[in-house]
Amino acid sequence: MSRSLTPNNRRATTAVATNASSSRRIAPELSNAALDYAYDGSFEGLLTVLFTVYDRKSAPNSIQPLGAVQGGLFAMPVQIDTDDATAARVWEGLLRYMDKEARTRLFHTFLSEQSDRELLIFRYADLAMRAGRDISDNYADDNVRRVASIAQQMYREKHRMEAFVRFEKTSDGLFHATIDPDFDVLPLIAPHFTKRYADQRWLIFDKRRRYGLYYDLQRTDIVEFESTGPQRNTAISATVLDEREPLFKLLWQSYFDHVNIPERKNIKLHRRHMPLRYWRYLSEKQPREQRFEPIKNKRPIG
Amino acid sequence: MNDQRIQEKLSILADAAKYDVSCSSSGGKRKNESKGLGNAEGMGICHSYTEDGRCVSLLKILLTNHCIFDCAYCVSRKSNDVKRAAFTVDEVVDLTMNFYRRNYIEGLFLSSGIFSSPDYTMERLVRIIKKLRTEHNFNGYIHVKAIPGASEELIQEAGLYADRLSVNIELPSEMSLQNLAPEKNYKEILTPMAQIRDGITKNKEEKALFKKVPQFATAGQSTQLIVGASAENDLQIISLTDSLYKGYGLKRVYYSGYIPITDDARLPQVTQPPLIREHRLYQTDWLMRFYGFQADEILDPAHPFLDLEVDPKLAWALRNRHVFPIDVNTADFEMILRIPGVGARSAKRIVAARRFAPITLDHLHKFGVVLKRAKFFLTCRGQALSTRDYDEQTIRRQILFGAGSVRSALVTQQLDLFAQAS
Repeated sequence: MSRSLTPNNRRATTAVATNASSSRRIAPELSNAALDYAYDGSFEGLLTVLFTVYDRKSAPNSIQPLGAVQGGLFAMPVQIDTDDATAARVWEGLLRYMDKEARTRLFHTFLSEQSDRELLIFRYADLAMRAGRDISDNYADDNVRRVASIAQQMYREKHRMEAFVRFEKTSDGLFHATIDPDFDVLPLIAPHFTKRYADQRWLIFDKRRRYGLYYDLQRTDIVEFESTGPQRNTAISATVLDEREPLFKLLWQSYFDHVNIPERKNIKLHRRHMPLRYWRYLSEKQPREQRFEPIKNKRPIG
Repeated sequence: MNDQRIQEKLSILADAAKYDVSCSSSGGKRKNESKGLGNAEGMGICHSYTEDGRCVSLLKILLTNHCIFDCAYCVSRKSNDVKRAAFTVDEVVDLTMNFYRRNYIEGLFLSSGIFSSPDYTMERLVRIIKKLRTEHNFNGYIHVKAIPGASEELIQEAGLYADRLSVNIELPSEMSLQNLAPEKNYKEILTPMAQIRDGITKNKEEKALFKKVPQFATAGQSTQLIVGASAENDLQIISLTDSLYKGYGLKRVYYSGYIPITDDARLPQVTQPPLIREHRLYQTDWLMRFYGFQADEILDPAHPFLDLEVDPKLAWALRNRHVFPIDVNTADFEMILRIPGVGARSAKRIVAARRFAPITLDHLHKFGVVLKRAKFFLTCRGQALSTRDYDEQTIRRQILFGAGSVRSALVTQQLDLFAQAS
């Protein structure tokens, strides 16, 4: 399965761009028998499926990635080959029916890896193409609300990863972090980290999806790791760490312990903001090598 | 640099800085245009949360906890017998850069005890942030304290390198300040505050005229009020807040529930910080900044304290039953925002979605409206969820103790404490 940082790297053709919003054609009736569609699992692949649906006038019974095709005993999915040019046309064409923010929400819905994401994207796009006006605020519609809520979840996960990444510096000056987000958010966090850490090389590795972002001081690229190969050791062993790395980890833990105000202890709130499943990647939530010694600066009452 | 000594300094100086509750790292306009380190545009990020549930966004430290002042409420007061420490300029720079590079923090929050003189202290603070900006190409967020009594030139210079400046008022009335912090006075606090306000205004005007203007505290200024260390009521606190937002253009006023630190007879002898009261003050602050409420709608001389049991928006609605019920299909956005149980997001959704179809109670539930509270105050398509016309006390009881009522653990815990005490 191919991955990309942006939904479509191709530039918009001028012919389509000038059409934007002025011509709002209503989508053709899907008058032929419904079909089961299969595609290669990429976003471009799904966009190609959307094109085929209207080209064949056959609504989808299901749209599934190739590896995961299920269905009734007699279901014969139509396999759609990804076509980048078609995908680019569809991606641009969506702007006739929705603004960029709404279109981005569809891409985020795709990255959410929800099992019904393909049909949800189809239903949203179909609704938009038949509505005759912008539907993105129509929260009374279940599909619109669902897409909005998935986009919101994606945003939250993206924001959490921007917060919870903890880099470790290796002896050759690379800042490395491993994450395990609930959704596939690496494409969404790439611009943030690229802007912020412009003067250091860094690598953020998504352990579950086995791919990463690598910035080499010039640009940020996707780096893939073969899932069939031997398990890559994601925890960089202590021998290759920069010599001051253990010091900064210790200082950070020490800082974290001392900014806490014990009189205000509120573990429930703590865990709501920082759910347990993220703790294993946060150095401040790891066991301490030294015992915590509070600063004695208060005279207790009584 | 001795590793163990630096760890000890960090422990002491972080511990002494933590009672300053300002944590925001948002609203900056500093972009990383020089391929340097960091970016402080737009939204802030909370990188971690301590066990008290507060966020860790900035490396919040004092340059030193040596102090010539003797403010009763402060752990670093001169007469307190504590370990003292001081960072060097390079130590702060090194910590900030290395914490930032590892994505631990959004930037630096630098404050200090006052040693020798206000100017001497301020000059050191400026030297640190100048070095970060000019020598290390650091574009992360910097919040720095303006030391009361420091010269205008130094505060002006600090504003060039910092995204936010703040001066803490600490005590909500001049009388309390005189009593608990005899070396301080309102004039010395309000003078730099006014100077920062004017600096920000001037900077904005210049930006409108010229293309390239140096930044001046683009994330604005904030202050902090300690709650519960002195006798002021909520009306006094909120009136002060209101005048700070209106008169000094502050971005934020923070409230810090007084944490008992000493048996000094001038301070209340309590064992627990007033956490719900602090929470209600923050809710009131939000109502004024984001919900269009005026200070005198929430508190007045007849009601000088916030209701600890219910939030201030519900309390307002209970006192103003004549405004309700509000019809969600026809009312203005501003009025929908005033319905208890309807937040900013659901209010926006109601107004957006009703252009497509009339809103039903089922929709409201799906938009995230808390019907348990809202049902007493709204109708849709003439239909109300609670058909009987309840009086104020009945609604209050139903919301607090009725079916499905979930009271915040904080409220239950602290109200129990009150019950025990009385």
